[in-house]
Amino acid sequence: MSDLIDIKVNVNGQLYERSVEPRMLLSDFIRFELGLGGTHVGCEHGVCGTCTILFDGKPQRSCITFAVLADGHTIETVESLGTPEKMSTLQQAFQEKHGAQCGFCTPGILMTMTAFLKENPHPSEEEIREGIDGNLCRCTGYQNIIEAVKLAAENMDSKS
Amino acid sequence: MKPASFEYYAPRSLSEALEQISQVGDDGGKILAGGQSLVPAMNFRMAQPTALVDLNGISELFYVHPTDTGGLMIGAMTRDRVVELDENVKLRAPIIPECLHWLAHPTIRNRGTFGGALAHSDPAGQLPVVAAALQFNFKLQSKKSERWVNADEFFVSVYTTCLEADEILTAIEVPALDKRAGTSFQQVSRQSGESALVGVATLIELDDIGKIKDGRIAYMGVAEKPVMANAAMSLLKGNKPTNALIAEAIHATVTEELDPGADIHASVEYRRHLAQALGVKSVNEAIARAAK
Repeated sequence: MSDLIDIKVNVNGQLYERSVEPRMLLSDFIRFELGLGGTHVGCEHGVCGTCTILFDGKPQRSCITFAVLADGHTIETVESLGTPEKMSTLQQAFQEKHGAQCGFCTPGILMTMTAFLKENPHPSEEEIREGIDGNLCRCTGYQNIIEAVKLAAENMDSKS
Repeated sequence: MKPASFEYYAPRSLSEALEQISQVGDDGGKILAGGQSLVPAMNFRMAQPTALVDLNGISELFYVHPTDTGGLMIGAMTRDRVVELDENVKLRAPIIPECLHWLAHPTIRNRGTFGGALAHSDPAGQLPVVAAALQFNFKLQSKKSERWVNADEFFVSVYTTCLEADEILTAIEVPALDKRAGTSFQQVSRQSGESALVGVATLIELDDIGKIKDGRIAYMGVAEKPVMANAAMSLLKGNKPTNALIAEAIHATVTEELDPGADIHASVEYRRHLAQALGVKSVNEAIARAAK
């Protein structure tokens, strides 16, 4: 085993200090070191997108990045979006349109689309489809997901 | 699905990184850039580097500069997404954002780097063919020396470049385009964000009366590294482009110079068909843009 490396990472607004092996994936760090199980792990080689988190505000795959690379950086996971009592606008729209379906891909899609809607608050359906093309849903239906993102964009608009 | 152990180095300057890679490069140590191809390979244990020298903390390798001659100088660690959205890149080398759009997904491009995608030398990669068509220059540095190589020399084979074990790709120069030049990037893949079955990058320069003065056409997905369509270019050069001439020129390359393989995703015949169709489309688009 190689030496442990001390890292400090801001996750969902809280500073965590840990000692980790360099080979520890960021996804495993989030799940097993911090106990934040909302970030799912599917393919573990950067294809399915369910492990997507925000790294300094930008969506990235946590399964193909090492935890040591997050030292000094800011991570946001799906737990940062809301609570069952106080969901984010996007989460509410997913509930309303049944966009979660089985729920396995949902954390990655929520994180990807949270950043997407910030950059692109008035997306066309085509842009939404392109925006989630890096996130796989194996319930075989993207329709409800797209409907949910559309609704969230409308609701964010009426709030602002 | 977890990487094997490795020694981790996090240099804060290029000189520190060059010192470290000179020590570990010969013993299976590797450079870590964005890691978007390397880490998946490590997860599968197809790659088991003994050490990683991580360039993510070296701020001097992150930049996009317009050059005095009308081209671009790009730091090897600049994130693909940053290059894709850069205004100077859009103006001076629009084919780069066009091809990056096909490179995996924005989520991957947020971490993946410009230098990393080139040094990976993926035969189905978008940037290597664009580098071949535009003749990028590559700055390779080691502790002892520094050299510049062009795209023909840089790409050697599948996942193989001319980088020595103790060298780091630190900068990429994108030469200026001629005033009457146009470019085009075309590819076909089975689904969005996937590797290309076949792709092509084209640069065409026109003269004052609309004849083709010069250019370069590079194919991906048909061999171990970018393949230059020399047969097509020699037929096009010096001539006024017509549909018949373009089709004939591309046909010459497809039949004489390309030797695509077959796999579960596409037969040899289908790849040849794509090479013909995409080649014609790409040359036509490049000419139309050059004429503007």
